[in-house]
Amino acid sequence: MQLAGGQFTSATATVGNDLVTLPSFPAEIRAPQGTLAGVSSFQIHFASRDIATPGDTPNLLVAMNPAALQANVGGLEPGTAIIVNEDAFSKRNLMKAGYEDNPLDDDSLEAFQVTRVPMTTLCQRAAEAVDGASSRDAQKARNLFALGLVCWMYDRPTDGTETWIAQKFGGQPLVRDVNLAALRAGYTFGEATELIGARIEVAPATDIPPGTYRNVNGTQTTSMGLVAASVKAGLPLTLAAYPITPASELLHTLARRRDFGVRTVQAEDEIAAAGIALGASFGGGLGVTATSGPGMDLKAETIGLAAMLELPLVIVDVQRAGPSTGMPTKTEQSDLLLALYGRHGESPVPVVAASTPGNCFDAAFEAVRIALRYRTPVILLTDLFLANSSEPWRIPSAADLPRIDPAFARHDDPDAPFLPYARDEVGARAWAIPGTPGAQHVIGGLEKADRTGTISYDGVNHARMTELRAAKVAGIEVPDVVVDADEGARVLVLGWGSTAGATRAGVRRVRDRGLPVARAHLHHLNPFPANLADVLRRYERVLVPEINSGQLAQLLRARYLVDVISHTRMEGQPLLAGAMEQAILEAMPA
Amino acid sequence: MTTTAGLTKADFQSTQETRWCPGCGDYSILAAVQGFMPELGIPPERVVFVTGIGCAGRFSYYMNTYGMHAIHGRAPAVATGLAAARDDLSIWIVSGDGDALSIGGNHLIHALRRNVPIKILLFNNRIYGLTKGQASPTSELGKVTKSTPAGSIEAPVDALSLALGAGATFVARSIDRDKQHLPDVLRAAAEHPGAAFVEILQNCPVFNDGAFDHVADKQQAAEHRIPLVHGRPIIFGTEQEQCVVRAGDGSLRIAAAADVGREAIVVHDAHRHDPSLAFALSRLGDLSRGPVPIGVLRSVPTPAWGEGLVAENRRAHAAAGDAELDALLSAGDTWSVA
Repeated sequence: MQLAGGQFTSATATVGNDLVTLPSFPAEIRAPQGTLAGVSSFQIHFASRDIATPGDTPNLLVAMNPAALQANVGGLEPGTAIIVNEDAFSKRNLMKAGYEDNPLDDDSLEAFQVTRVPMTTLCQRAAEAVDGASSRDAQKARNLFALGLVCWMYDRPTDGTETWIAQKFGGQPLVRDVNLAALRAGYTFGEATELIGARIEVAPATDIPPGTYRNVNGTQTTSMGLVAASVKAGLPLTLAAYPITPASELLHTLARRRDFGVRTVQAEDEIAAAGIALGASFGGGLGVTATSGPGMDLKAETIGLAAMLELPLVIVDVQRAGPSTGMPTKTEQSDLLLALYGRHGESPVPVVAASTPGNCFDAAFEAVRIALRYRTPVILLTDLFLANSSEPWRIPSAADLPRIDPAFARHDDPDAPFLPYARDEVGARAWAIPGTPGAQHVIGGLEKADRTGTISYDGVNHARMTELRAAKVAGIEVPDVVVDADEGARVLVLGWGSTAGATRAGVRRVRDRGLPVARAHLHHLNPFPANLADVLRRYERVLVPEINSGQLAQLLRARYLVDVISHTRMEGQPLLAGAMEQAILEAMPA
Repeated sequence: MTTTAGLTKADFQSTQETRWCPGCGDYSILAAVQGFMPELGIPPERVVFVTGIGCAGRFSYYMNTYGMHAIHGRAPAVATGLAAARDDLSIWIVSGDGDALSIGGNHLIHALRRNVPIKILLFNNRIYGLTKGQASPTSELGKVTKSTPAGSIEAPVDALSLALGAGATFVARSIDRDKQHLPDVLRAAAEHPGAAFVEILQNCPVFNDGAFDHVADKQQAAEHRIPLVHGRPIIFGTEQEQCVVRAGDGSLRIAAAADVGREAIVVHDAHRHDPSLAFALSRLGDLSRGPVPIGVLRSVPTPAWGEGLVAENRRAHAAAGDAELDALLSAGDTWSVA
């Protein structure tokens, strides 16, 4: 189903609609088919206008079996169109999905427009035209039949999918031909039958900025952002990671970037992954490690070391629902406090958070910029939703990306000692990499004397070094937070991370009601933008939506003494636009 | 000593005051390392010492090279990252028995099986020194320490067996106080293309004094050392009266030379690809009482981890500019919005 969803997305992107997707799948590799736990789904929201979220509830649900229907029917609005593969509604399948009676035969689906399509049978008939095809081969192609049907309904071209099938199954002509036959049969079925109501035309989106676009998910953009920063910094990228869902995709993607000099190392554990990345940075490379949830716990010690060494290191945390193993394939924003405070000692670390799949590119680039400019570990927070969700992305021009200067130190005066902890105007220390003549020095986890970097247990020096490290991070130059405010707005919606789409959509709905509201989104969580205090005090109410228990809300209250309103959802799913709208309306002062 | 590169021991000595206990074996090892380094002909700025935590961890501060005093057990990970990014450095790890075999065991195993081009020096004193005297993973059964007042009930791990089990391509053992043998072993390790693992039996005068006197002490050395020299029959003893033979079941055992024919004595072959001989040697003898095999157990030149990759990556990276980046960013299906 994920493949069919991906193909529909590509077709939708190429006709120029704006879109956001929400793939959802079980943690198990081969979850038992036909059961509720085994349902894999792909949601797409597209339109001829700017789209912000994958949509709260679908207008069309395609259910390939009773379990898929059962798992998704609960949230549907009355009047929603449902297409079912009626061949899959066998007694056995109904039982597996927890149905006592066939919902297609009673009135339980009365509120919806249900269309029954014998997809399996039709696939089999289509496959008869292919020499040597078995009914099992035809069975396997039924998702493509559904794809063809939906492509017809929404007037999407299928040539891209046909090319894809031809390429993917080039070595298996039989599978290729059965799949092509199923796809075409689905499309033709839509065209030929009057079962399905009127065709829906969605014109290209017109309110999106000019440029060249492609469809991307957050994993692709994160990896491209890291590669771009590596090119712009002139430092080869080393990514060290240990397999973990959903961050493994970054390892897979970057492992294919040998053409940009990327070295990937599949480490023996999460700790080693952080250590290897730090070792690469120590050598003057760009060291990056990527993980999710539990992996962050294991990396804490190394991040603390990097903070002490004052070496660049980028830690990508593709957040997922925790604690512990939690829900590995469900999203959450619950690592914010961990990113900020999850280490012993006074060890402030800059934190950057991506807001949309496309924005992962900018956030990754920014994380590298900060890490190199300030010689510090930087935690980049994305999440599972951003990693898997896709949207059209305006492709940036490489020439427009700023150069990042690693500014390695040299040491030409043999009579003076090299001072590895002498600082520049932003507090970044002098960074001489191994191989630099005359600048030999040792850095380590022990507290060091100011400027010279030699071991020091002096209390006054420790206080000074603690303050210098803190001041450096606190002083990192980050752009002001931008407020999109209506005249007379009394409520500010302040989000961070992947809630950007839902808050934007919620705000739009409130505005459609003629009510003024303000919206801002944080990409820098440490340090906060300098104007944030000001912005917070400008509004009577500040609503902070998060997919956690209210971690940013807690930070804002503590830091700015502003009694923000926390709106949270912790169901492993992105925020919904409708719920956001409701929350904003409720936050409106009487 | 002056070498072709004009380097001397002084070039590798840092100005930091050494802070080990008086009589610590680390002093001898430091002197041996500083003394042999010039022979490599590598300037100090191209040498890096990465260390973990423990008394041995301080080693990096006393070398006038680049160094990182990292965190407990993680030196192999950091050094692996350094080797992934740089191929123009001589990378050394200094670790202790707790650091390498306990908290950092996993990293050690994987650095060895990957054959990362790094040299790992394990200072084995069979005790935790810096934390003031707890049993270590190499402490002998029954060892009474602060953490094992009734005697340790855990069998020790053998560092060499572990390294061989991990697939190490170079495995050796030497002794802190041996000014001849130790530099010889270090030299051989430095010449090895991949990961070289050297266990150095080291005396902790405060918490485990005399643990290796039976091998380190010159008077007892002949009796308690089983010297391993590639291509030579394995013979030892004050009168060369002891030897190593292969028993009927294939294992190695110590025998009186007089009782066996010359041809029955095992001839050491450090270059054998099959590690079974090296492994059998690692199990031979008794570390606590002697005799103990000393020397290079295994040295099989094997291409190092990712040989050539760093250079290849550097070339690819240097060749990638805006045009290549633009191609990457706009790969796949694109469309234009006017």
